[in-house]
Amino acid sequence: MNYLIGAFKPACNISITFTDGKTRKQVPLKKENGQTVMVPLFQSQENISGKVSIEPVQGKKVEHNGVKIELLGQIGELLFPGTVHCEMYFDRGNFYDFTSLVRELDVPGEIYERKTYPFEFSTVEMPYETYNGVNVRLRYVLKVTVSRGYGGSIVEYQDFVVRNYTPAPSINNSIKMEVGIEDCLHIEFEYNKSKYHLKDVIIGKIYFLLVRIKIKNMDLEIRRRESTGSGANTHVETETLAKFELMDGAPVRGESIPIRLFLSPYELTPTHRNINNKFSVKYYLNLVLVDEEDRRYFKQQEITIYRLLETS
Amino acid sequence: MMIGEGVEDEEKWLSAGITGLQQNAFYMHRALDSNNLRDALKYSAQMLSELRTSKLSPQKYYQLYMRAFDELRKLEMFFKEETRRGCSIIDLYELVQHAGNILPRLYLLCTVGSVYIKSKEAPSKDVLKDLVEMCRGIQNPVRGLFLRSYLSQVSRDKLPDIGSEYEGDADTVNEAVEFVLQNFTEMNKLWVRMQHQSLACHGADPVLRIAVGLSGLQGPAREKEKREKERSELRDLVGKNLHVLSQIEGVDLDMYKDIVLPRVLEQVVNCKDEIAQCYLMDCIIQVFPDEYHLQTLEILLGAFPQLQPSVDIKTVLSRLMERLSNYAASSTEVLPEFLQVEAFSKLNNAIGKVIEAQVDMPILGAVTLYSSLLTFTLHVHPDRLDYADQVLGACVKKLSSNGKLDDRRATKQIVALLSAPLEKYNDIVTVLKLSNYPHVMEYLDNETNKVMASVIIQSIMKNNTHISTAEKVEALFELIKGLIKDLDGTLHDEVDEDDFKEEQNSVARLIQMLHNDDPEEMFKVICTVRKYILTGGPKRLPFTVPPLVFSFTQGLLLCTYLIGQWYAVASAGYHGQLRNLELAFLVFVVHMIFIVIGMSILIRQLQGPDQGSDENPFGEEGSNFTEKDFSAFKSDSIELMFLDWFLKSAWDAPTGAKRNGDSVSPCLNPLEAMIFPLVVIYVSLLFLFLWFLGYIYVTCGLLFQTIEILYGVPAPELALRLYLQCAEAANDCDLEPVAYEFFTQAYILYEEEISDSRAQVTAIHLIIGTLQRMHVFGVENRDTLTHKATGYSAKLLKKPDQCRAVYACSHLFWVDDQDNMKDGERVLLCLKRALRIANAAQQMSNATRGSTGSVTLFVEILNKYLYFFEKGNPQINVAAIQSLIELDYN
Repeated sequence: MNYLIGAFKPACNISITFTDGKTRKQVPLKKENGQTVMVPLFQSQENISGKVSIEPVQGKKVEHNGVKIELLGQIGELLFPGTVHCEMYFDRGNFYDFTSLVRELDVPGEIYERKTYPFEFSTVEMPYETYNGVNVRLRYVLKVTVSRGYGGSIVEYQDFVVRNYTPAPSINNSIKMEVGIEDCLHIEFEYNKSKYHLKDVIIGKIYFLLVRIKIKNMDLEIRRRESTGSGANTHVETETLAKFELMDGAPVRGESIPIRLFLSPYELTPTHRNINNKFSVKYYLNLVLVDEEDRRYFKQQEITIYRLLETS
Repeated sequence: MMIGEGVEDEEKWLSAGITGLQQNAFYMHRALDSNNLRDALKYSAQMLSELRTSKLSPQKYYQLYMRAFDELRKLEMFFKEETRRGCSIIDLYELVQHAGNILPRLYLLCTVGSVYIKSKEAPSKDVLKDLVEMCRGIQNPVRGLFLRSYLSQVSRDKLPDIGSEYEGDADTVNEAVEFVLQNFTEMNKLWVRMQHQSLACHGADPVLRIAVGLSGLQGPAREKEKREKERSELRDLVGKNLHVLSQIEGVDLDMYKDIVLPRVLEQVVNCKDEIAQCYLMDCIIQVFPDEYHLQTLEILLGAFPQLQPSVDIKTVLSRLMERLSNYAASSTEVLPEFLQVEAFSKLNNAIGKVIEAQVDMPILGAVTLYSSLLTFTLHVHPDRLDYADQVLGACVKKLSSNGKLDDRRATKQIVALLSAPLEKYNDIVTVLKLSNYPHVMEYLDNETNKVMASVIIQSIMKNNTHISTAEKVEALFELIKGLIKDLDGTLHDEVDEDDFKEEQNSVARLIQMLHNDDPEEMFKVICTVRKYILTGGPKRLPFTVPPLVFSFTQGLLLCTYLIGQWYAVASAGYHGQLRNLELAFLVFVVHMIFIVIGMSILIRQLQGPDQGSDENPFGEEGSNFTEKDFSAFKSDSIELMFLDWFLKSAWDAPTGAKRNGDSVSPCLNPLEAMIFPLVVIYVSLLFLFLWFLGYIYVTCGLLFQTIEILYGVPAPELALRLYLQCAEAANDCDLEPVAYEFFTQAYILYEEEISDSRAQVTAIHLIIGTLQRMHVFGVENRDTLTHKATGYSAKLLKKPDQCRAVYACSHLFWVDDQDNMKDGERVLLCLKRALRIANAAQQMSNATRGSTGSVTLFVEILNKYLYFFEKGNPQINVAAIQSLIELDYN
């Protein structure tokens, strides 16, 4: 039995460890198979170093044509957006490496026993953040390949997450707008900023200038708009991430309704604009008024979300 | 049927809501027990989601709310413990705001906010401000009101008030007030909005909407009624804020005046909602202390004219005045405050403005307002009659634009209005000073007018008020003229006989109450009364004339008494040997001049009664006579004054002289000294006597006239009694001719008007009785009268009656205390005659019935014999009695 199993097992175990793996912050990452694993967190310009250890299965030797480690930044797109489950992106091979760094670890030879190779990628430029969307996915991975002439190469992946922090923008205007339907509804709304960080809170108010319809309630939605492809093939996927009730009941002229929406409970990412010409992720605040006939009146405003460097 | 189903459905929804709430509360408790904050928040939010329902009426919603409220208390305890365990309250405050639905979110926020304030990690005012701001998110009236009420509930012990542990630096009281005011304003807005958002709470439910639409019963009026009912169920939620305001220690008078009241009033006025305005004004009045109201009266009253026309201002203002009245009554120390702030004029102005502003206000409203104002005035300024009169004047002005009242309730109010001064002063004399009082009464309908008049009379009776001058009497009778005459000329047949009697009896009692010791004034009073009484019509006269006559006779007696007094004074003066002759002489000279004038007037007056001793004393010009007399008496009164003064000085003279001793000049000779005082005294006495005599005669003349009126009524028996009464009075005054005249009238009346035999019997006994007591007549007059009386007696129809009348006549010849009136012979004659009649009567009954009749008559006659025998009548001897006794035995 053991023998049988052993026959199909890879000839060696490859493990990748990071130098500061014990101390580095770990974040959860959802894998293609739906499992969530904890992986280390990096940001751009960091040194990524560690060790790769290859241990042949007991009593066997591994013959190889060389060992290399690659650092890959990949964007995976769904071929037929909206139709297939996301597990498929990378399996289908429809991905694109926007970053690829290689370190040769060993010249061709044989490995008889456990062997450890240190590696280092210094000040790696990783301009894009890890992103898991509906139709698109951006990931960083370390890939160790033991090339063999026969039986195929032995490959091991180690995911890691990249997050890039931005300083608070120097110009951050409020969003203020008067909208309405003639002789029916006029409102003026204001959000205190146009750029919010991920743990930010949206403060604002809605002022009713004219109300001739019977409003039932008013919600503020956070919507994510993910567009993939380009030109005629552009595909846009919109998700509502948050639905936050602002008002219950019918207001009258002159009422002003406060807004205070904490962003922290929602799974947001920073806004991504035209990532490598492959995709964009944008966020919108959608103010929705529902009248008693369940008609919806809404106004959508884009906001920018960024990742603020946490000082603590 | 639809409605029934609606109610049933509502019950169903309520129980579903309660079930959902309890279920989530159960999970919440489990989470609380296991200190699981995340689950606690989740389930509490779910639990509170039950409150998002639109299907329940406020009453049912309240039941649901109370359950949630209890659960939230537990949650609050948990939050408190959580913070003690080290969970940051600020984080908690943020955490609850993650809830997606606004209603649960805000309930949780308020709950955590309460813990936040207690933790003192942030100033109370900031948290409160945030909470009250955030609550704006609920615009649904019912849900909003309950949420804000919850906020008010959890925050009321956490306001940064003076002396509170949450008091921060300087101005926090302002913040506390600001918070409550803001919450109040928002709640009121929501509450008012309920009225205008038709079925806002049901609109969300299409099924129900169809049901409503199908039901023909639920017209718009019904909708409105329902909505108003729902609103009134919620009003206390709004009003509670004002109560909280009044509880804040830091709200002193200045703050109340500068901030609280103007802000509250602004909201009340601006909401332009009838129900809200009415309720809130009342709240303000009831909730804040009296002295605040007093000091801010102007501001408060200023708001009234700005209210909606349909607001029931009268009730509210009445309450205010009632409160202020009670406040004034509570202690005398506060009265100066009322004066200082000119409470009355402010109220008066305000009421004027309100009435002016609300053109459509029913008369009832205006009258109620004036009534309250009057009550207020009477309580606060009992000494300011002019105020009360002013109120009445304003009321008259308002009433005059409407004519007679036909609104029952308004009438009732007017009665209350008019009764108020009576009750307060317990003295009609004071009330009579209110010149507008009768004007108000004029606007009452006849029935009520009578009621009011009765009230007035009762008040007089109860308090034994002394009304002594003619003017007052005139005013009084002007007031009660509803009872004295038929106001609009038509006689109401449907008037209950008993009621009528009751009324007239009270008028009669009133007449008896009028009295003045000064005969002249008394005379005027009586004349005034007479003037009014005579307008009464035949139905009333039998009730009212007797007391009037008695008043007259009283006046006569008074005169007589006074004459006696003067006489005593005069003779005393003579015996005291007046010495201060110079003075006496001077007075005499001055007085003589007046006597000449006075005599001439008197002579003129006396001409009247002298002529009147004929058949008809005053003839047709009788009614004018009264007026003429008046002026005559007026000119006399000056003289009377002098006389009075003179007599007094004459009286004082001897004593003064004794004190002065020898300083009195002895230059006059003894003869002069004797004659002068005598002349002076007797002349003046003569004058006085003549004056009174004149007065008496005039009175008598009026008496004749008055009684004669009864002929026409007709009430001859009454007239007869009154004549006899007058005769007796004349007897007491020693006025023989007058007494005689009265008797004559009585006899004429007996002959001409009294035809009923029974009435005749009664009348004859009265005549005999009265005549017996008369001592004023000379022999001749007495003979004439007794003769007549005996004659009448003998002419009665039935024998027994004849018999009794005749033996009664015997007393006419025997008056015990007058020696010249003991004519035993004629007594015997009478008795014998009575015996004869008795015999005849017995024989008649023998003849008709065949049996000897009773001996009652004989026994009665025997009784008389014995009486006179005992009194020592020489004509009645033992033999006569003996024979009579034997006769009786047979």
